[in-house]
Amino acid sequence: MSDAKNAAAAAEEYAVEVNDVTMIFNMASEQLNNLKEYFIKLAKHELFFKEFRALKHISFKVRRGDVVGLVGTNGSGKSTMLKVIAGVLEPSEGECIVRGNIAPLIELGAGFDMELTARENIYLNGALLGYTKQFIDEHLDEIVDFAELHDFMDMPLKNYSSGMVARIAFAIATITEPDILIVDETLSVGDVFFQQKCEERIQHFIESGDVTVLFVSHSIEQVERICKRAVWIEKGDLRMDGPVKEVCEAYRNQFN
Amino acid sequence: MADTSSRSTSTHAKTGFQKDIFILKQLVSKDFKIKYRRSFLGVAWSVLNPLLMMIVMAIVFTTIFAQGRNGSVTPEMYPLYLIVGNVTFAVMSDSTSQALSSIIQASSLLKKVKVHRFVFPVQKVLFSLVNFAFSLIAVAIVMLWFHVVPTWHLLLLPVCLILLMFFCMGLGLLLSAATVFFRDVMHLWSVVLTAWTYFTPIFWTTDFIPMMDSHILRVLMYANPMYNYLQFMREIFLFQTCPTPLEFGLCVAWAVIAMAIGYTVFHKNEHKFILYI
Repeated sequence: MSDAKNAAAAAEEYAVEVNDVTMIFNMASEQLNNLKEYFIKLAKHELFFKEFRALKHISFKVRRGDVVGLVGTNGSGKSTMLKVIAGVLEPSEGECIVRGNIAPLIELGAGFDMELTARENIYLNGALLGYTKQFIDEHLDEIVDFAELHDFMDMPLKNYSSGMVARIAFAIATITEPDILIVDETLSVGDVFFQQKCEERIQHFIESGDVTVLFVSHSIEQVERICKRAVWIEKGDLRMDGPVKEVCEAYRNQFN
Repeated sequence: MADTSSRSTSTHAKTGFQKDIFILKQLVSKDFKIKYRRSFLGVAWSVLNPLLMMIVMAIVFTTIFAQGRNGSVTPEMYPLYLIVGNVTFAVMSDSTSQALSSIIQASSLLKKVKVHRFVFPVQKVLFSLVNFAFSLIAVAIVMLWFHVVPTWHLLLLPVCLILLMFFCMGLGLLLSAATVFFRDVMHLWSVVLTAWTYFTPIFWTTDFIPMMDSHILRVLMYANPMYNYLQFMREIFLFQTCPTPLEFGLCVAWAVIAMAIGYTVFHKNEHKFILYI
């Protein structure tokens, strides 16, 4: 990862820079999935798309070690923002610079194959996260310990409960201290004890001061508890950016 | 928890290339495990399948269609002619039909994790090459059975495989990208593959080509990329000669053309994939 080198050189710089990002989706009134439809529309000159701007000129910067919460109502663009930062979506306009490796906890277990056993999935998922084989070999026990699923390692994942899948996924993604941790609603899965364990681990990352955390949750209390700063995105616009208390206060007040 | 200095050196792959290689390995082994999970004979099927296919086809085509009675391929050579053609063509047909839907199948992943998108179609080609390696055992069994002694020409096998691999990767990249936007490709490609099977001398011998009336048809037959790859394979396995310069040149040209088109189309469109999957 060439980004990691730059990051080391400029450790005090921003971990995430979102510069004037606009994300435009073509909301085709109907999705054209086959050639016939496409050519008919083309011939009729009806091939216009309704534009939908999920994000409009969003800019913010996150310092290394900052813990930032993203708040906003459903469909306001929080997840789109996270996906742009995670590098899954490419912004239509503007740019998003990320320095360092990302541990995305967006929908845990995304890279899992349900037919494979937990052990096989750990390697597959580890590869997708950019770990080396040697590293996974060495830390396999640690991952299993954290997930507390010793007896089920050679069972296909399709027999797992969703909570168990989330445990494994969280354990893999956080086995190494990432540069940037993206947490999207992940803490709502699993039982209370595991939720606590996850929060403790995230708290541990936060306290280390090296890990930049981007946190999305519908629980305003959780955001207030974990984050120092909050960014409020509403209908694709950046509404507010500041200390967590002020933003959450304003966010709550909009309903009154 | 690793400290900062060791983190950048040991936990994560140093280059994107290293990461991709590990992902490719993991995906191929995943496909392999899933393919043979819960089957009693397991990986033996990779050897048995081409053998059984060859036996069935050899019986049908030597008795009913009288292939291998005259011309360049004798009845003793016909089974080997058949199996070499079959397993080589299978590399192309398996890998392209798998690669076709690979991007769509990986959609849940592509929506959440940043990963180079080309690994999915490329992985399918590599997987079919692994299968090919196993079917080589079947080819060896047939060679033993008919007392065909391999010669140094077999050293050219890696050359042929690499060219075939690039040809399949190019096709796979092109098809996987096209399928994202137009799902029709899936249905169309199975028809194309069937047509391609019949127009390539897999079970019929190449002696028929000079007998064709239409000049254009003959040119098309000789230009057919799969004809050239199959000829290459049969020459080194069966006829124990080197491919003619023309055949070799066409093998190279098709690999380069397929890769150039496949890569360009894939690369130009890959950033739009996520909006369609």
